[in-house]
Amino acid sequence: MTTWTPTPYQVVTRTVETHDSVTLVLRPVAESLPAFSPGQFAMLYAHGIGEVPISISGIPGDGTLVHTIRAVGAVSRALHDAGPGTVIGVRGPFGTAWQLDGAEDLLVVAGGIGLAPLRPVLGHPAKRTVLVAGARTRQDLLYQDELAGLSDVDVVLTVDHGDHDWHGRVGFVTEPLASIPLDPDRTTALLCGPEPMMRFCARTLLGRGVRAERIQVSLERNMQCGIGLCGHCQLGPLLLCRDGPVTGYPTAEPLLLAKEL
Amino acid sequence: MTTPMTDLDALPLLTRLSHTQRAAIAGVSRIETYEAGTRLFDEGGLADQCWVVLTGCVVIDTVVPPRGKVALQSIGPGELLGWSWLVPPYRWHFGATAVTSTRAAVVDTGALRVLADEDPALGYQLSLILIDALLNRLQATRIRLLDLYRNPA
Repeated sequence: MTTWTPTPYQVVTRTVETHDSVTLVLRPVAESLPAFSPGQFAMLYAHGIGEVPISISGIPGDGTLVHTIRAVGAVSRALHDAGPGTVIGVRGPFGTAWQLDGAEDLLVVAGGIGLAPLRPVLGHPAKRTVLVAGARTRQDLLYQDELAGLSDVDVVLTVDHGDHDWHGRVGFVTEPLASIPLDPDRTTALLCGPEPMMRFCARTLLGRGVRAERIQVSLERNMQCGIGLCGHCQLGPLLLCRDGPVTGYPTAEPLLLAKEL
Repeated sequence: MTTPMTDLDALPLLTRLSHTQRAAIAGVSRIETYEAGTRLFDEGGLADQCWVVLTGCVVIDTVVPPRGKVALQSIGPGELLGWSWLVPPYRWHFGATAVTSTRAAVVDTGALRVLADEDPALGYQLSLILIDALLNRLQATRIRLLDLYRNPA
């Protein structure tokens, strides 16, 4: 086994999360990969179609891998459609992890599918954990039943478009961020979602006194090799498959203003 | 019921005001508690008060046939509800409903305007508070127009 050779994993369960997203639990067919940390990603290979980077969205600790996949292209569509028994090639773990050492209060901010890489963090033992998650509509919110059952996390859900059955917030994630109680000196903020979302959220948090050093973002580009050799995922001085996806905001801030991918 | 002054002193929204100025606003305010589902105001109604939500959540809505009432935006703890009292014709542009049990400071805006007219320093600080809140609301609305969470497929 090398970092270049996909390791066979079999789909154990496939849970439909939304109209375009599913969560797959993968079990090694024989040999297993090293343990993943929250924030890291794997290259998932749909046989005969291609390979895409997908973050880990759960760490059960039993050797299985958990990935939440949104169907946006040919490869992710094939992975999305993979039912139990399907064999998928997996390479990893790749990239950097969320830095949680010394975090007292965790503020987790997610937009859309960006909740998936943050899901494993919600079980981290912090003094206080707040999750602010946004989506287009109620139907687009991931892990709704699971979030409703979290007793140790203050959950704030907000959608762009509310409907009659929605009793949460309507608006962008920056709005609750501007007013939720937080202690800027104790808060470690983890942001994952579309880059403009992370940029605007970071500005809101800086305005509330959270230091840039305590803000982490997850950046994504066209990861291919996973080990910093091919250069496809270069963003300024970073090769995001190796130096990212999790990046400190002081490093990420100027890169988030890059006009082209 | 007149708002206890400690309540207004604790509001982050009003931290730029002096204790005396906050006390003046407390004098034209009261605390109200609303059950979930309580209608606070209707589109076209007279806009003669505004709210600072203390706990709970209020949704601003409008009617879009045939969809019925459509939620436009939520107002949560610490946020200001109601702009239409600021400029003529003082009629609500949208409606608002408490979607959870909600506690709010309710300000008599006619009396507030009188306070601001009599004390331009207070009026100026109030204007800055309102502009700040308006800017935040406008920027968040603009970001939502980007539809950032759409599936790019």
